[in-house]
Amino acid sequence: MALFPETMPRPEPDMDDAPYWEACARRQLRFQSCGVCGLLRHPPAPICGGCHSTEVTWVTAPAEAEVFSFTVIHHASHAAVADNLPYVVGLVTFPGLPGVKLVTNITDIVPSEVRIGMPLTLWWDDIGDGMYLPRFRPA
Amino acid sequence: MASSARAPHIVGVGQSAYTRWGGIQDRSQFRITAEAIVAAARDAGLPVSAIDGLTSFSNDSNEGPVMQAALGIPDLRWSAMVWGGGGGGSCGAVSLACAAIESGQAEVVVAYRGLCQGQGRRYGRAAPTRTHGSFIAPFGLFAPPQMLAMMVQRFMHLYPITQDHLAEVALSFRANANRNPLAVMGDRTLTKEQYLASRWIAEPLRLYDCCLETDGAAAVIITTAERARDLAQQRVEVLASAHGSGAGWSTGPLGSQNMPDDTYASTNNRRLAKELFASAGLTPADIDVAQIYDHFSGMVLMALEDFGFCGPGESGDFVAEGNIRHDGGKLPLNTSGGQLSEAYVHGVNLIIEGVRQMRDTSTAQVADASTCLVTGGLGVAPTSAILLGRN
Repeated sequence: MALFPETMPRPEPDMDDAPYWEACARRQLRFQSCGVCGLLRHPPAPICGGCHSTEVTWVTAPAEAEVFSFTVIHHASHAAVADNLPYVVGLVTFPGLPGVKLVTNITDIVPSEVRIGMPLTLWWDDIGDGMYLPRFRPA
Repeated sequence: MASSARAPHIVGVGQSAYTRWGGIQDRSQFRITAEAIVAAARDAGLPVSAIDGLTSFSNDSNEGPVMQAALGIPDLRWSAMVWGGGGGGSCGAVSLACAAIESGQAEVVVAYRGLCQGQGRRYGRAAPTRTHGSFIAPFGLFAPPQMLAMMVQRFMHLYPITQDHLAEVALSFRANANRNPLAVMGDRTLTKEQYLASRWIAEPLRLYDCCLETDGAAAVIITTAERARDLAQQRVEVLASAHGSGAGWSTGPLGSQNMPDDTYASTNNRRLAKELFASAGLTPADIDVAQIYDHFSGMVLMALEDFGFCGPGESGDFVAEGNIRHDGGKLPLNTSGGQLSEAYVHGVNLIIEGVRQMRDTSTAQVADASTCLVTGGLGVAPTSAILLGRN
């Protein structure tokens, strides 16, 4: 069962980020890097901020991540999360992927036990209609 | 640098009544914004027809050219808005006005904002669309308190900042609001016990760490030193103004949180602050009073560090020593109650309070104050700030 109910907002891919979401649908977490200079960037963008090339490659992320920051959310700003309170939104980083930070959820833990620097491992949440979202739990 | 005759001065301020969100239902947001502009012109002793520039920010829906027609302004010479959401551009709207005044492209510019959350949407709720929204909404990151809580969390991890320090910000500003009859929370006191008993919104932020959701409009009028000399009010010089962003902030916390690691827990003002003070020939020690954009208490602490009032990680001790209090503090902050307790007009109410301090008309007046820092929204992109001086 998905973490959040069906009424939760879903990704709405656009021309610049569609390949990222197509990879998620295949349960692959891949970040964009410049096809010429290799500079990593997230979210996906149509041009490299370093060398201004529009060539891109995609780098598969490791399944291990680390908590860079987080918040424990107690107030339902959207009706879809009313039955999920409190829940943890985390910002995570990956070894070997400098410059990439990903907003995600940290699950399978008592919220008060989440700490910055905590090691995490990736799991894929089936949100239906062939789409999966990357979420994390303690390693 | 402008010649002294064209040095920009704020000569008029105007505002609507401020209410809780939904409090203004009998008049449109556009109407109260127009009324605030007219009030600012009256305050200055200028006819509305003298206005030839309009600036705003945050995708203000009170469009300048529509405002021109509504107010019967004959010639518009400057019509501009600062990019970006949030209140980051509040002082930026003044900086746009100053650019027009100094360059001679306009003579009398109004910087304004009208924001009725009861007529539009409540800012504590999920927005229908956001830049990079696909990367945050499916994960339940919907609203600014949640987004900036992540920055405050890391700030408190890096430095000895505690809940008591956040509380000191909220309690100081409420005490100031209790002196201000125009403040939405003017007659509501707040104790440390009430603060600690209040509910979490998004840890580490409690209810009282978050700005109000209100209805209101506010406007300030900027013109040249020469013209300001003959007007109704004591003129207040804009000693320096700036807006901008550091590298890589994109949409910052209001987007997918991909600011650089080393500036993540910052207000995105470190370069701007240095240049602002240098432009005015002042240092933080020269500032008598400040109005720091208080969307969230923890961001005010970060700003004290980024603007150089104390060193990195020292803002907790700085506020614990009573330094931001009106009574005896060496840098009284948000003397109208700020956005935590006066109203949330995207920071234009803070600019008005800065002007009141320079005119000696604040309800929490700082004796002999001759300089005031006002900042725009913190930790977003772009950000902005102005330095005001008694003249």
